[in-house]
Amino acid sequence: MNDFDIAVIGGGNAALCAAMVAARAGARVLILETAPQPYRGGNSRHTRNFRCMHAGPLGPLTDTYDEEEYLADLLKVTGGKTDENLARLAIRTSEECLPWMEGHGVRFQPSLSGTLSLGRTNAFFMGGGKSLVNAYYRTAQALGVTALYEAHVTHLELNGNRIEWVDYTHLGQSHRITPKAVIVASGGFQADTEWLTRAWGPAAQNFLIRGTPYNRGVVLADLLDQGIDSVGDPTQCHAVAIDGRAPKFDGGIVTRLDCVPFSIVVNKNAERFYDEGEDVWPKRYAIWGRLVAAQPDQVGYAIIDAKARELFMPSVFPPLQADTLEGLAELMELPPAQLRATVEAFNAACGDTSGFHPTELDGVATSGIEPAKTNWARPISDPPFFGYSLRTGVTFTYLGLKVDARAQCSAQGNKIENLWAAGETMAGSILGQGYLAGFGMTIGTVFGRIAGQEAADYAN
Amino acid sequence: MQTELIEEVRRQATICNACRYCEGYCSVFPALHAERAFADGTITQLANLCHNCRGCYYACQYTAPHEFDLNLPKALAEVRRDSWEAYTWPAPLARRFHTQGGAIALALVAGFALLFWAIRALGSAGGNGFYAVLSHNAMVAIFLPSFLLPLVSLAISLRRYWRAVGGSMLQISDVKVALTRTARMTDLATGHGEGCNFEDEDRFTQARRHMHQAVMWGFLLCFAATSVGTVLHYVFDAPAPYPFWSLPKLLGVSGGLLLTLGCGGMIALKLRADRQLGDVAAWGGEIGFIALLGFVGLSGLLLYWLGATLLMPALLAIHLGAVLSFFLLTPYTKMAHGFYRLAALLRDAQRKR
Repeated sequence: MNDFDIAVIGGGNAALCAAMVAARAGARVLILETAPQPYRGGNSRHTRNFRCMHAGPLGPLTDTYDEEEYLADLLKVTGGKTDENLARLAIRTSEECLPWMEGHGVRFQPSLSGTLSLGRTNAFFMGGGKSLVNAYYRTAQALGVTALYEAHVTHLELNGNRIEWVDYTHLGQSHRITPKAVIVASGGFQADTEWLTRAWGPAAQNFLIRGTPYNRGVVLADLLDQGIDSVGDPTQCHAVAIDGRAPKFDGGIVTRLDCVPFSIVVNKNAERFYDEGEDVWPKRYAIWGRLVAAQPDQVGYAIIDAKARELFMPSVFPPLQADTLEGLAELMELPPAQLRATVEAFNAACGDTSGFHPTELDGVATSGIEPAKTNWARPISDPPFFGYSLRTGVTFTYLGLKVDARAQCSAQGNKIENLWAAGETMAGSILGQGYLAGFGMTIGTVFGRIAGQEAADYAN
Repeated sequence: MQTELIEEVRRQATICNACRYCEGYCSVFPALHAERAFADGTITQLANLCHNCRGCYYACQYTAPHEFDLNLPKALAEVRRDSWEAYTWPAPLARRFHTQGGAIALALVAGFALLFWAIRALGSAGGNGFYAVLSHNAMVAIFLPSFLLPLVSLAISLRRYWRAVGGSMLQISDVKVALTRTARMTDLATGHGEGCNFEDEDRFTQARRHMHQAVMWGFLLCFAATSVGTVLHYVFDAPAPYPFWSLPKLLGVSGGLLLTLGCGGMIALKLRADRQLGDVAAWGGEIGFIALLGFVGLSGLLLYWLGATLLMPALLAIHLGAVLSFFLLTPYTKMAHGFYRLAALLRDAQRKR
């Protein structure tokens, strides 16, 4: 195990991109993936697309999507919390990444049904992220990369400006290797509930983790403890509102719920707390993750009637259903009288609904009620009534390793000569807050490739 | 049909419908995503659209050990076979032969025995070549009903299927679309055209598609050879035997080679593939059927090669016995899947128009 030039810690998209590039450059590469083989790939398993700049039609992408528009989309969600140089580097490089990805086994498909709005900007992986991960492992293996599953890295020994060795356990045995270079691509810490609770507060215990249970931040904590420079708000995570019945970990895409704009959402006291119709759902689901997190027991209840049943993507769990509001309240363990009062007050505040249009901001609003519902406000009146519970689902954490344009890590501003980072673990440099669909894969691919090349150049 | 098998597909399809990552792979997913709730007929149709390429299984983030435990290729394969057993007339025969390779072998032996008996008891009426062993009229008397009876059975079965999946009046365009998809085996190519994930986990290869093409076109060539022979016999008064450079022989020999090669290849692939991603209970019946079909091709080639030797009468009995068993078992073995698939593709073409 000491015959390797480069150790890549992590086994998702960024790790694989780094490993493939380094192997192509002639380095002997070892991937240390903490997950067992069926769960390899970190959160990349759950991804579905890659946001890509393009000057004309490219692969599955239509029209053009230039650097300035891409950057503007990014700045809109981060509110300016972004390192513009790194962001531009990611955006500019994304265009050459798409054919590179195809060359390494990834296949794309036309925009999925229900995602037409992304057809110009995001290239969808045929079969989703796990098929990308499978293809990359195949390609990496053909390039001579060794992948070790259930290899838990426990410590990177920092001495001055170098990583001296890497400690990991595998099959109950401790190992120490001394690769010439190390690439960290092992994600954030969101699956460590204790850390998340320390960072966010006790409410975080009730959060669901949308992705892999293996992003526990072990290597991240180890490096930060040794003084490696960090980036990103250590208290924050990206969270969205998802189906409250989702599993604690790894529920992925299917646990999303798109019913909120056509519903009223109440807390456990059966009181509304925010404008459900503020904007189209893809622009609001992240806000709702925080809103639900602020409610008692971190839970919300979306209630629709028969009119709205078919207006949104089918959900993985069937809704609770009753012919009366009281019946639904009982099923959902809400106070029945209060729910009726809330619904009646809401219904009384609804006005002319003839302009209702489910796919655009229709301005069909309530009047004289707090909080208002400013679009899609129709009375909840036609039985049967349906209810979904909502919980906060964490996608990723923002705290990470600070890198430069060569994906290199530093301590107090001094470069660590043989340590690079890629993917979610350094994404906080660019995504200071918010999220832009498909941009995580862009960051992972761009910086994974850079880290792989830099590490190989160093090791050779 | 068995409700627990249908229910399992319904459970899994609900998860697929909330995910949609596999939309580009094959005909199953666009058809699935067009529904919000899944009627039994829809599930039967989805099952018969699935060609078991397994691309969706290896791409799925919800396969075991994940608690959602998705294995759509297996669940659909089970409903598929269950639908054949339910709609085939008479159903008990389908239940016997779909799962039991041993029963197929017994039927083959019975076919041999019948032909040896026929040669002994009926014999020749003074013809040439094969007809010197068994007369043309005796062959017709045996094979005409053995060819027509299965067709009647298939017609009844497919009518039941068509009703169950809500099929309507066919248009020429439906037929064109479905036949093109069949001829190219598009659904064994996956959306990107690089084949199945069959014999080597998540690696895409064309092996299964190519072997299946060899079987299908080999069979059709052999069938064409027999048809051409029949036309020559009755219309042009040109009875067998035919020389090598004749249409029946050229079609028959090339078809026999493709059929034998294809069936051998399919068995080799099936032995390497993960049985848990298909209908485990039907594995023996499927292997038995492929072996029978391959044997039809191989024995035909041997008969052609050794037709001028003393082995000819025995080989003729063996080949014709295999053909007889194959014909009679067509509605009740994996051979039936071709007809159901075509029906499913026709129905899918209707859905999309």
